[in-house]
Amino acid sequence: MSAVASDPCVDYEAVIGLEVHAELKTKTKMFCGCRNEFGAKPNTNVCPVCLGLPGALPVTNRKAIELAVRFGAAVDAKIGRAVFHRKNYFYPDMPKDFQITQYDEPINAGGKVEILDAGALHTIHLTRAHLEEDTGKSQHQGVSGRIHDATSTLIDYNRAGVPLLEIVSEPDIRTPDQAKQYVNELRAVLGFLDISDVKMEEGSMRVDANVSVRPVGAEAFGVKVEVKNMNSVRSLVRALTYEIERQTVVYREGGRIVQETRHWEEEDGRTHSMRSKEEAADYRYFPEPDLVPITLDQAWIEAISAEVPGVFPSRRAVQLAEQYGFDLDRVASVVYTPGLCDWVEAEIAIGADPLRSLNWASQEVMAHLNETGGEVAGLALSKGVFADLSSLIDDGTLSKKLAREVLTEVLVSGKSPRTVVSEKGLAQISDESELERIVAEVIGANPETIEKIRAGNKKVVGFLVGQVMKATKGAANPEAVHRLIDSRL
Amino acid sequence: MTAVITTAAGIARGVRSGEYPAARVLEEYLARIAAHEDRIGAFLLVAQERARAAAEAIDARVAAGEDPGLLAGVPLAVKDALCLAGLPTTAGSKILQGWHPPYTATAVARLEEAGAVVVGKTNLDEFAMGSSNENSAYKVCRNPRGLDRVPGGSSGGSAAAVAAGFASVAIGSDTGGSIRQPASLCGVVGMKPTYGRVSRYGLIAFASSLDQIGPLAGTVEDAALVYQSMAGADPMDATSIPGDLPDVLSGVKEGREAGIAGMRVALVTELCEMEGTDPTVARVFEETVKKLEKSGAVLVEVSVPSLVHALSAYYLIAPAECSSNLARFDGVRFGLREAGDDVEAMNRATREAGFGPEVKRRIMLGTYALSSGYIDAYYGKAQRIRTLVIRDLEAAFTQADVLLSPTSPTVAFPLGARTDDPMSMYISDICTIPANLAGIPALSLPCGTDDAGLPVGLQVMAPVLSESLLFRVACAAETLIGALPPVLL
Repeated sequence: MSAVASDPCVDYEAVIGLEVHAELKTKTKMFCGCRNEFGAKPNTNVCPVCLGLPGALPVTNRKAIELAVRFGAAVDAKIGRAVFHRKNYFYPDMPKDFQITQYDEPINAGGKVEILDAGALHTIHLTRAHLEEDTGKSQHQGVSGRIHDATSTLIDYNRAGVPLLEIVSEPDIRTPDQAKQYVNELRAVLGFLDISDVKMEEGSMRVDANVSVRPVGAEAFGVKVEVKNMNSVRSLVRALTYEIERQTVVYREGGRIVQETRHWEEEDGRTHSMRSKEEAADYRYFPEPDLVPITLDQAWIEAISAEVPGVFPSRRAVQLAEQYGFDLDRVASVVYTPGLCDWVEAEIAIGADPLRSLNWASQEVMAHLNETGGEVAGLALSKGVFADLSSLIDDGTLSKKLAREVLTEVLVSGKSPRTVVSEKGLAQISDESELERIVAEVIGANPETIEKIRAGNKKVVGFLVGQVMKATKGAANPEAVHRLIDSRL
Repeated sequence: MTAVITTAAGIARGVRSGEYPAARVLEEYLARIAAHEDRIGAFLLVAQERARAAAEAIDARVAAGEDPGLLAGVPLAVKDALCLAGLPTTAGSKILQGWHPPYTATAVARLEEAGAVVVGKTNLDEFAMGSSNENSAYKVCRNPRGLDRVPGGSSGGSAAAVAAGFASVAIGSDTGGSIRQPASLCGVVGMKPTYGRVSRYGLIAFASSLDQIGPLAGTVEDAALVYQSMAGADPMDATSIPGDLPDVLSGVKEGREAGIAGMRVALVTELCEMEGTDPTVARVFEETVKKLEKSGAVLVEVSVPSLVHALSAYYLIAPAECSSNLARFDGVRFGLREAGDDVEAMNRATREAGFGPEVKRRIMLGTYALSSGYIDAYYGKAQRIRTLVIRDLEAAFTQADVLLSPTSPTVAFPLGARTDDPMSMYISDICTIPANLAGIPALSLPCGTDDAGLPVGLQVMAPVLSESLLFRVACAAETLIGALPPVLL
């Protein structure tokens, strides 16, 4: 079935759906008591259950269900039962040679995620978000570390049985940038709600894409291709951009797209064919007989739902932009950082200047977090940092520039703004008599400049101001200095 | 050598009171094994030294004034489908040859805690698939009551061990009759509990939704003792029934003292008037029913029409589940590994060499029944029949307290008589399968013999969770008929 004509003049659009796998932040694995942790020595977090030893049986992790429900509540999904199926296929790092997953009855059905697209909110609908177990990890031993020239393979089962939430979107995404926004939005929600570590580089969040293209205006979808192996948001954008272009060119040249799975290679920047639909396995799904369906208590679901108030960064950004007249792009940089927006709003609530707070958060705080690799939660800060800084500016103690310096120091030292100001002697000199004395000194020390000014060269006033600022180590109020120099000449 | 004491109840009483040392009891059993096991083939492994250490430990506890438990010093034979740390476990298959499980099945651990002394691991049909023990990959097992006859299966070794006096009691697993049918053929008591009553943790799975561990013993009381010691909720098995375990020993006492008077016992038309039932079996069964009626049992007849399809449903559901359960035997982590050029070739070669023909047949049947395009017609329809069987049996239990039938349509058949015709072998389980499909408890006890001295079994089925009632009726029947003592070879 191809809805696409091979007319070189036709414009094409992409239709993209994403499958995001997020490892759940539980203490133990999905169906056994082994620790769920990244980076442990290989095969140390294993037991008969997650190794799939004969006779061992799975028992469902309550916390994993809770985290799935938390996500479902956040995205407004229909929350159902925890019913598991077996997905049967042979794979060496899958201990039982079947995966326990959900099939026709996902724990979360439907739901939606709002993303920022061209300065406005755009809705991406979800098909489902279901629970399943992760596989082990193969380490191919050989020159390249890839399977084709491997001499042997080692398997680490620490990851086998780690709980996963597979979040499947509807084909609502049209551009690589929307895909990026969607992943960022999900990552923020999963992180804010403590559902997942969402580290793509550690594999705790993985993204596969279903991509097709069709002529703009067409109703029917083109033939879809599944693209795998994108290890960052950046490679997701690159892979989608490549794949959309590849499919468009194929259609423009009158060719056909085959339904297949393609592998993204970071090195050559292309997708490569892995297997076609004809080779796809028959997974022989059937209800997992070792587990009984778990019906969730409605009151429990409601209690969890009550703890997930509007966490969507996109929506929050739009609300804040409207409420305070912020620039949407600048708010966006704040809302996706865990805890940062909460901090800004808390400071505004106790009197901090909104715009200044936003700017501090998006500049000094973000810069500090980027440099240190830290998180907002890890900053040892007393309440009222932005509020204090605001009042220090308002009462003339600090210039805006000084305030930023003070904030940087506050972030590093954890001291309060007032402590930093007094320790470093950073207070702006507002005492006119003290300032007058310094101005007099500077004028006295620069007779040639005074001559030039009196001769009509007003531009050199700036030099004098600079000298005063230097003498006060920047603590003078520049406007006051200007005024005093003018009155003297 | 003649047994001093033969019942588990008697042994435990003697050992707990200090009258018989467990070590002496054990030596009697070990001596019988040494003298006759090579003619029977009941064991795949006799764990003499381990058993001696266990018996000595029991005696030491008695000497120290402790009570080792309900089964103190009782020699126990364990079907080799159950894991016991420290001993190899094969499931009767070459594919698991040499595998040592690192953990012990819950049921076995509980029996050892109750004082039972494991004498060895018993012979079985490979992965519990069979009705004659002839599918064992290791050796022939003969019926102690007729050495040219099969012991039944799949728990043939366990039944033979009890019948030959190699162990006082045994445990087996029953997926479609694998405890009751060999118990019937060997002239011992065999019981399948309600699905979920005994933890399956550590039982190498054949068909997860049907498998249940149960006792084999010389008397109903001994079977009840073993059941009482190993049943009850287990957090390691999600299908195990939560809550306290009722005491069934009082049911045994009631049966012995109050008899069967007033009990409504039903003959199931579809099982009692079956074509292919051996005339001797029919006659012995009828005589037994008359005895029960004479003692005051109220006889009713019930029809359970869906039972006509039970065998077909079973031979779709059980293979479907086994095809998935046995996928893990892939040569990657445990058991046999045959060389191959790549992983897939290794998987194929290992499974080709490691599985016997009946196991392969069932894996293929099950794979087919679950495959895309056929699952609804086969697995799906079988599940619907299963629902009908459950409903029809529930209805039957409104008319009667227990249901009666022969356990097996025939007495023990000659070795080799049915090996070339799988269908004739499958029909051996026709009377026992309904209890597995419905998850209800059922028990077989000897009710007479044919002219050659081959035993006939009476099957009693009770409603879900009615083990106490089941043991009561069985004990009453046994009191009337008389237990069949072990063969003195």
